[in-house]
Amino acid sequence: MNALWKVLRYLKPYRWMVAAGILCTALSVPLDLAVPRLAQRAIDQGIRVGNTQVVLTSALLMVAFAALRVLFATLTGIYAARASQGFGYDLRHTLFSRIQTLSYPELDHMQTGQLMVRVTSDVDMVRMLVSMSMRMLTRAPLMVIGSVIMIYLTKPSLAYIILIIMAAMLGFMVLFAGKVRPLFKRIQEKLGALNTVLQENLAGVKVVRAFVRAHFERKRFADRNQDLYQQAVRAGLMMSIAFPVLFLLMNTATLLVLWVGGSEVIANQLTVGELVAFNNYVLSTMFPLLFLSMMIAFISGAAASAERILEILDLPVAVKEPAQPKRLPAVQGHVAFEHVYFRYNGSGSEDVLQDITFAAEPGETVAIVGATGAGKSTLVYLIPRFYDVTAGRVTIDGVDVRELSFDDLRRHISIVLQEIVLFEGTIRDNIAFGRPDATDEEIITAAKAAQAHDFIMAMPDGYNSWVEARGRNLSGGQRQRIAIARALVMNPSILILDDSTSSVDMETEYKIQQALAEMRRGRTNFIIAQRISSVLHADKIIVLERGRLVGIGTHLSLLAANPVYQDIYYSQMHSDAEQAEFEIAAPAAGGSHAADTIARS
Amino acid sequence: MVQRVDPAFAQRGGPGGPRPGGPGGPGGPLRIESAKDLKGTARRLMRYLKPHIGSLVGIGILLVATTGFNLVNPYLFGYAVDTAIARGSLTLLARLSLIMLGVFLAGGLLGFIQGYWLTIVSQRILRTIRQDIFDHLQSLSLRFFDQNEAGDLMSRITNDVEAINRGISNVLSQLLSNILTLAGIVIAMLTLSVPLTLVTVLVLPLMLFTAASLARFSRRAFRETQWAIGALNAVSEETIAGVRTIQAFRREQATIERFNQASARARKAGTLAETYIALLPPAISAISTLAIAVVVGVGGWLAIRQAISIGVIVSFITYARNFFEPVRSLSDLYNQFQAAMAGAERIFQLLDVRPDIADKPDAVEMPPIQGHVVFDHVHFGYVPGVPVLKDICLEAKPGQTIALVGPTGAGKTTIVNLLARFYDVDAGRITIDGIDIRDVTQESLRRQLGIVLQEPFLFSGTIMENIRYGRLDATDEEVIEAARLANADQFIRRLPEGYQTDISERGSNLSEGQRQLIAIARTILANPRILILDEATSSVDTRTEIHLQEALLKLMEGRTSFVIAHRLSTIRHADLVLVVHEGQIIERGTHEELLQKRGFYYQLYMSQFRRLEAIERLVLPTGQGAPGAGPALAPSGAV
Repeated sequence: MNALWKVLRYLKPYRWMVAAGILCTALSVPLDLAVPRLAQRAIDQGIRVGNTQVVLTSALLMVAFAALRVLFATLTGIYAARASQGFGYDLRHTLFSRIQTLSYPELDHMQTGQLMVRVTSDVDMVRMLVSMSMRMLTRAPLMVIGSVIMIYLTKPSLAYIILIIMAAMLGFMVLFAGKVRPLFKRIQEKLGALNTVLQENLAGVKVVRAFVRAHFERKRFADRNQDLYQQAVRAGLMMSIAFPVLFLLMNTATLLVLWVGGSEVIANQLTVGELVAFNNYVLSTMFPLLFLSMMIAFISGAAASAERILEILDLPVAVKEPAQPKRLPAVQGHVAFEHVYFRYNGSGSEDVLQDITFAAEPGETVAIVGATGAGKSTLVYLIPRFYDVTAGRVTIDGVDVRELSFDDLRRHISIVLQEIVLFEGTIRDNIAFGRPDATDEEIITAAKAAQAHDFIMAMPDGYNSWVEARGRNLSGGQRQRIAIARALVMNPSILILDDSTSSVDMETEYKIQQALAEMRRGRTNFIIAQRISSVLHADKIIVLERGRLVGIGTHLSLLAANPVYQDIYYSQMHSDAEQAEFEIAAPAAGGSHAADTIARS
Repeated sequence: MVQRVDPAFAQRGGPGGPRPGGPGGPGGPLRIESAKDLKGTARRLMRYLKPHIGSLVGIGILLVATTGFNLVNPYLFGYAVDTAIARGSLTLLARLSLIMLGVFLAGGLLGFIQGYWLTIVSQRILRTIRQDIFDHLQSLSLRFFDQNEAGDLMSRITNDVEAINRGISNVLSQLLSNILTLAGIVIAMLTLSVPLTLVTVLVLPLMLFTAASLARFSRRAFRETQWAIGALNAVSEETIAGVRTIQAFRREQATIERFNQASARARKAGTLAETYIALLPPAISAISTLAIAVVVGVGGWLAIRQAISIGVIVSFITYARNFFEPVRSLSDLYNQFQAAMAGAERIFQLLDVRPDIADKPDAVEMPPIQGHVVFDHVHFGYVPGVPVLKDICLEAKPGQTIALVGPTGAGKTTIVNLLARFYDVDAGRITIDGIDIRDVTQESLRRQLGIVLQEPFLFSGTIMENIRYGRLDATDEEVIEAARLANADQFIRRLPEGYQTDISERGSNLSEGQRQLIAIARTILANPRILILDEATSSVDTRTEIHLQEALLKLMEGRTSFVIAHRLSTIRHADLVLVVHEGQIIERGTHEELLQKRGFYYQLYMSQFRRLEAIERLVLPTGQGAPGAGPALAPSGAV
């Protein structure tokens, strides 16, 4: 509930609309409440005594009230729609902007789907609550209060009936809400379990087919389906009890009115018109209550949505821009790691990087190799500050990266992430993503260097070919090459390729590397690769093992002295033992010996 | 995998295969809420109701009864005013009150039974529909899943079934009760006073007109909103999934701008739709006040003339209040019914997709496979007119290892996809031990094939369960033995919960290599006769790869194996290397033979070493090593 109030502060720009809407709703309440009173007047002072005049004026007043009512309702509807939609727009904007500024440590804990739900359906839930509140929720309590007042005015001695019934209904509603909420939560859980089976079945369809497991999968789904069914029926039982009980309470009120009021009429303490009005007021107390009870689930749903929204809005961002950033107009490309330590969750977890120290000079190509999980990606992510170091520092041209604004820092760095994301639009749009003002020439140059030009030109619309969402109409290798072109268009001082050519065949990869080598002037390249052949040409190769830097040097020096590197190298390049022996011997014995040995084999 | 490109393009352009009315265009799943074939859809939906016809009749009877009880209430109230109260008889009042109490209790009880019964029936129907969809998906072939996004299918099962749910439970329960209420009110009014009924009902056309015109406007606005929201969702999904890339390129502001544009469109359309929707209830309520005014005016005039009693007016006021609620509710129901029908239609379209690979009626069981595989002039394309494989001929003798090499997109994966009959050939035939694979059941064929994919796919559950997926009746010992053969036993035992370790959905607690080892253990357990390895080691780090290679070699022993690989070491072991390029086998032979040919394979092979050569030329200080090293590499030396 608290969360709901906090989120509702985004209504502030619309407070006058909200006020006007609520005012109109409030004004319509007495109009509604007057109707039974007018009917009573018509009966008691008109029909009973045969006064046609009173009957007619009562009826005309009712018509006038109805017209006013439509006017107020129209105004409320317009205000509610505008205020709630504006509120929804603002909240969505705030939330989305917030998501765009989250740093990697936060994003790591969230899935796209979860964030999507917040931006779309959660915002909509709260928005709907705003709209409903203005139109109906404020009306319901006003109707109840107004009706009770009218009942009191009609016959104070009978007002207790309504209070008893109201108390009973409220009590039941509270009890009921407490029982029903966990039931619906369980339904959501069962639905989630069912969806997991479905999702896995779809994602793993090849495995399911290959192992001929259709029957098994059907059974798996049927079990979850049955669970969901049982839970839904259980919740259905509660609902089936609740509404008849509420109606029963409501009808009991009518009954009490008839019995108690009827007795009073017989005893001449009450007129028939008053009795009728009384009954009408009882009904107009009960319907809003019934409505409120149906709203309980909705309100608690909106409260849960508000909580989820706040979760994002209140999330502390781990990687923050400095308040007074240093300026860095141009970058030479000196990158240095000084005793860098890193762990993901502060103190709780293991060190992902330990005491990493090295320097990369402008124009150098630095390759990083090591097993999966050795910390290769993490290492390069520290340069554009996707994460912040736990200890030590990373500098560019001698300036700690934490002292620069994101704009200054990241403008000079282009990174091709392991997980390639392309956006819906033309190929040209995608390559020019970071620099929409890039000329065609620049785009084509970048595409050529990334070995993407040829396949782009082979497509029916060339650079104007449409890339579908997430680039799903392109192959992995094509996506990677477009992503590389996208990075090159930025003309960065520091280029980072995180396993970016894994889906490209070796020949193409080789050409890409040659192109990069030609463009290396004034640029520092970092290359992470699984394939050792991708890193052989690097000026420096950094060997990581379990977060430690266990070797740094050129291919040959590492091959001569670094056991981890040797291990990686031989497992990939020369599996056959004879060659392995030769290669170990080669650097030590000198080149000519190497050539001889190869010639012999 | 280039194969995925073509069907995707075809989806947009034209002649793609079976595609059940899925969302078109770039906006993602947009919904237009009306079924194209309402009658046919309704008839098919009825088929799901049919098994429950007894229950539905029972529920209908209960509905009639509860509605009747609800209607009697105002009638009795008016009656009590006219008789007991008018005559001043407390006993009669007491008796009438007791009767009303009985009516309420009975109505409540019946209402409960009817509500619960309906829940059970509708939930059963939903369970059946969900299961039918899932079962049907199991029978569809891979082509279908190439062309349909998992997300769309998921939404069909969840959202469309939910729309049907609302349709069934609300329409069934409220349609009848609303119609009955309306009819009941009219009948009750007629019995009380025909002239007063006529004037009350006069208001009805006004009401229907208002409701209908508001509904028309709101439906149009609502559709517009749906489009705008669909577009907004598409933008959010893309930009949230790509937030890391957006940040890396400093495109946050532009992205927020783009989001705001879509968001503003949704706001504009939403404001209009909501205004219309908000107008309906108060309009109806105002009209019902108008009706009350008419009742009071005309009724009062009649009562003064002694044509009707005051009690009648009292009852009429209540009826007039209640008359319009069902009308409004019916228009709501109409919308829900439309949505349910649209959902049902989409589901039926999905259920109508025929698998393009089906067992022949006279398909036999594949006898135990020896492993003699022949591709006989095979042609294939994922999309008509775009051939992917052209005239592929190959023969694998039992126990042989066949390596498929070639650039990305050459058609290697397609060849093995055809062998597993994930797709059917367009021309030519594939035989195993002389039997055309289209003449046997898919199940008996695939049961004897083992496929290890590039990206291992594991299911949520324990490691034990995942390995057992290969053979469901395997004992724990057999599972562990398979894991041992796959070199997976060691690391599994080191996990805190060993074989009972739960693999989370994305398997994040295991490395890619470990997952692949589990996938291999799963295949070992299945004990296939023919083995297909589709780049099984390419996404694995080098140390794990050594384990993997060992495991795979063990797996390949004595089995006909098809291996797609980049790594030389794997290829060297092959009995036959097939070089695939642009959908054709352009070279074939053993590794050595192909090198001697100095053709495409030689080029491919050399490119792996070119960098090594270049680097050594660069790195070695004196010229002596470098010039010699390049040409003197193993392959050329062998020539």
